[in-house]
Amino acid sequence: MTIFSDIGRYLLMIKGMFSRPENKKMYGKELIHQCVEIGIGSLGIVTIISIFIGAVSTIQTAYQLVSPLIPKSTIAQVVRDTIILEFAPTLVCIVLAGVAGSRIASELGNMRVSEQIDALEIMGVKTKTYLILPKILAALLMIPLLVVIAMTLGIWGGRLAGVSSGIISGQEFDAGLKLFFDPFTVKFALIKSYVFAFIISSIAAFYGYYVKGGALEIGRASTKAVVVSCILILFADYVLSALLLKAN
Amino acid sequence: MIEVKNIKKGFGDKTVIQDVSAVMKAGQCNLIIGASGSGKTVLMKCMVGLFQPDEGEILYNGNDFIKMGRADKTEIRKQIGMLFQGSALFDSLNVEQNIMFPLSMFTKWDYKQKLNRVNEVLERVNLPDVNKKFPSELSGGMKKRVALARAVVLNPKYLFCDEPNSGLDPQTSLVIDKLIKDLTIEYNITTVINTHDMNSVMEIGDYILYMYKGNKEWEGNKKDIIFSKNKRLNDFIFASEFLQDAKDMRMLERAGKISDDRNMDELLNKDAPSIMPPSDSE
Repeated sequence: MTIFSDIGRYLLMIKGMFSRPENKKMYGKELIHQCVEIGIGSLGIVTIISIFIGAVSTIQTAYQLVSPLIPKSTIAQVVRDTIILEFAPTLVCIVLAGVAGSRIASELGNMRVSEQIDALEIMGVKTKTYLILPKILAALLMIPLLVVIAMTLGIWGGRLAGVSSGIISGQEFDAGLKLFFDPFTVKFALIKSYVFAFIISSIAAFYGYYVKGGALEIGRASTKAVVVSCILILFADYVLSALLLKAN
Repeated sequence: MIEVKNIKKGFGDKTVIQDVSAVMKAGQCNLIIGASGSGKTVLMKCMVGLFQPDEGEILYNGNDFIKMGRADKTEIRKQIGMLFQGSALFDSLNVEQNIMFPLSMFTKWDYKQKLNRVNEVLERVNLPDVNKKFPSELSGGMKKRVALARAVVLNPKYLFCDEPNSGLDPQTSLVIDKLIKDLTIEYNITTVINTHDMNSVMEIGDYILYMYKGNKEWEGNKKDIIFSKNKRLNDFIFASEFLQDAKDMRMLERAGKISDDRNMDELLNKDAPSIMPPSDSE
């Protein structure tokens, strides 16, 4: 029963977000603040993860392609598609569920427990619109950008690892990158990143906004938000792949 | 004026407030007192709309707050200031930004006008020169004063204070009480205060509502409360035997009837033997 009431409350929360702001300027400021928190705040970890994932992909692909009949440029082609289709959107979003999602849940949870949300409510501020909507919009704006950065850095990291370890030359890697390139893969990755961004921000906001109790419950809500987001991201990943790649 | 009519509120099977009615007038401090768990905070949260009562009416100048539409409720809420038990200051904003928040949200003033008003209310709560400090850098009493400044910055008609003295020393409590009382008179605010601090009751209690297990047990003013014959209320007021004894002791001391430490021990610790046996008799 809890799962149904949770789904109901989640849907009501989403519905409650869409009301007219009291002061558009204040909401705009909050949106920019959240863009900085989610975008700039997660840039460091996204950079590190992307470079290393790209590097590891190149080395592992080269390790598996032992046949002399397969040209070395195939390594770049495999790395490119793996990073664009899966690693950049899915892996980065799972990491972002931990970084940005837990931050959103704990921030809202702390505000709820310390009565800051009640204080806003009594002032006449529509708390769902003011606190949740800017976070979701910021995630929808910043996470796809982070995914694009992750794609670029991942491929660059792969090239760097391949060239520096002597697996593949720079020219071969660049040639492989252009080989059978389908622009739909980038479009598909972006569609996934929008869906994942919504999941990360709205699930975290839900668990944070409805926290009851104290510090311990904030921690639990934060953990639950990350776990549920990760599961939903993987589920959505499967559904989107099955629908969009098949149709293509 | 706020009228509470036959309010009932429960959570699940448990009824927390049963049929409570009261009239809270403007320009006076209306106190809701009672032991922990007596329903004070729930009643206050019903009054400000944080909880929806199961039955009854909450009338703000004759208009039922419960039945109002969202837009009307928002208008009433703009006239409400609330001081929370834990202050509820926004952690990420400094003092100036905290107090400026309602002004930025609900007025079209420019920054200079807003800053002037912020400094005015900070001066009013005796807290100059803390504008750039964050809540984590303030003491408990300072946080309460900043929260009070934020609550009155929009000149509210109604001020709600949930246990304004909790966690404060007696002297700071007096300062907060006096501030609330002065602001109430100065701006003719209808002030509602939840407390179990008897000092506050005697300092500022113009109207007192005593709650016992979710029911209205007694109402009156600070003069009536001393001579009340309600046993539950008396048990609540004079719960501290030590205070009674200390008072008795002072009176005896003034009358010259306490001459040594042994008499004091007898008064302070009635159950202890009046003369301690000498150590060598064991």
